[in-house]
Amino acid sequence: MQTPFKWSAARTARAVNNGEVGALEVTEAMLQRVETLDERIGAYLTRLPELARECARSVDRRVRAGERLPLAGVPLAVKDNMCLTGTRTTCGSKILEQWISPYTATAVQRMIDAGAVPIGKTNMDEFAMGSSCENSALGVTRNPYDLKRVPGGSSGGSAAAVASYQAAIGLGSDTGGSIREPGAFCNAVGFKPTYGRVSRYGLVAFASSLDQIGPLTRTVEDAALAYDAMAGHDPMDATSIPRAVEPTAGALRDDLRGLRVGIVKEFVTEKLGPDIHALYRRAYGELEQLGAELVDVSLPTADYGLATYYLIAPAECSSNLARFDGVRYGLRAEGSDVGEMYEKTRAAGFGAEVKRRVLIGTYALSSGYYDAYYVKAQKARTLFSRDFSAAFERCDLIASPAASSPAFPFNAKSEPYSMYMMDYYTIPMSLAGLPALSVPCGWIDGMPMGLQLAAPLFGEQLLLGAAHAYERATTYAIQREPLEAAV
Amino acid sequence: MSSDSIDVRYVAKLARIALTDEEVERFGAQLRDLLGHVNVLSELDTASVAATAQVVESRNVEREDVPGPCLDRETVLAMAPARQGAFFRVPRIIAEAE
Repeated sequence: MQTPFKWSAARTARAVNNGEVGALEVTEAMLQRVETLDERIGAYLTRLPELARECARSVDRRVRAGERLPLAGVPLAVKDNMCLTGTRTTCGSKILEQWISPYTATAVQRMIDAGAVPIGKTNMDEFAMGSSCENSALGVTRNPYDLKRVPGGSSGGSAAAVASYQAAIGLGSDTGGSIREPGAFCNAVGFKPTYGRVSRYGLVAFASSLDQIGPLTRTVEDAALAYDAMAGHDPMDATSIPRAVEPTAGALRDDLRGLRVGIVKEFVTEKLGPDIHALYRRAYGELEQLGAELVDVSLPTADYGLATYYLIAPAECSSNLARFDGVRYGLRAEGSDVGEMYEKTRAAGFGAEVKRRVLIGTYALSSGYYDAYYVKAQKARTLFSRDFSAAFERCDLIASPAASSPAFPFNAKSEPYSMYMMDYYTIPMSLAGLPALSVPCGWIDGMPMGLQLAAPLFGEQLLLGAAHAYERATTYAIQREPLEAAV
Repeated sequence: MSSDSIDVRYVAKLARIALTDEEVERFGAQLRDLLGHVNVLSELDTASVAATAQVVESRNVEREDVPGPCLDRETVLAMAPARQGAFFRVPRIIAEAE
């Protein structure tokens, strides 16, 4: 029997539901795995062995009582910006380092209700601001395929956990690419559903009009199982959509016949270098071999995505992060009056990237600049939705790179804007709220690369279905094991 | 859009973040660089475009005004950096009259 920590979520749930293995047995194997390995990877900020065993026992009881759970006994890694009662939720920040969640996020609760077992809380760029996990104030996460490289971000801990078999499903949150880019960097499937499909209740807010929770997994099927468990209306989140969810796990496809896949002519892959360009041409060719018809589409606003995003997201974050003032929870630095206490608390509690974004957002919202920056960016955002609507008249899905390079070494992107460029391909979809994912599509210098597929709003079924066909036909994800698995 | 006008000390005051002189220098340069990049938006003609605040089916959400369960007071106050009885304790806000 293969060690259960290596099992996919689908296989784990099958084995536990059949009584082949107990959820507790799977959980113990996974806790042991994390104990042995995570010192070198650094995926987890907090391990939850007691809670994991308690959840596993509950799953075993439910299964013995005759229930069949879609995620029975599946080891789950939770990004540390999602609340889980009684556990620390740090957001990778000193300001929340000791904060204990008083309630559980809807998405996390739905995963647990479906039988998933939370193993721990994972590292992330502080308040989800970053693309490498290097902005975490609380720990370093390494890429399981090369320990000298970053895992991507901001959901880098969940991506690294899944890639190194320290969880079958990792929950992430994606604001401008924070699930898809670490997915690509760690040879994982990283899936951001339509904005509003998964409740944000209990997710610490970064940019509320963009934030969306989604899974990181080793297979498309597992991403579908996680999505089916989490998606759906939640009265606790006013932006969650009261619209029936089409289940995806039963709609996975084996070919792309009858589908038109759009290739965005403004996404010129030549500028990524000959090897990466060739890799994406090959990936588009593989979509064609699976029966898809490739069509050229245009996103005239593509080059304005970063500018639009880096006004809207900081503006929203400057407002959301105003709550961290040392009064009700989190870190407090003493001051002689309340104003000084606020200023010192935020100076001591926030890292450099968070400060930069709060400052730029405050500036963009300040009197005299609001129309020129914030309103202008919101108008540009409308153009993204229009461009995508026009593109989807001509195609069913859009294919593109997920990131502009493979995972890079630590400290390689010291200038903020060079780091922001990593999200060039993922931001437009975020601005339009579209469902999009990254699926492994090959290797550059031994490091994994991701193909991004995007669908119209609510097109999750088609999106996951198509990604499954690509994954099955190409098998890139299973061609190489992470370094640590060979040890 | 002009980016040379950003006064980092003033913005930091609005954002309630104390900055060191070194941070004022460093963030000032980085924010001017970023604003230089975002200024490309001025190339877009948005004269007849409505702003988007919400991408999906925006609507008002209402519910019956009935009390429901909420967080327990003790749980909440237990996380406060400083408390006094049932209150959050903060430094003086209004100066004492001489």
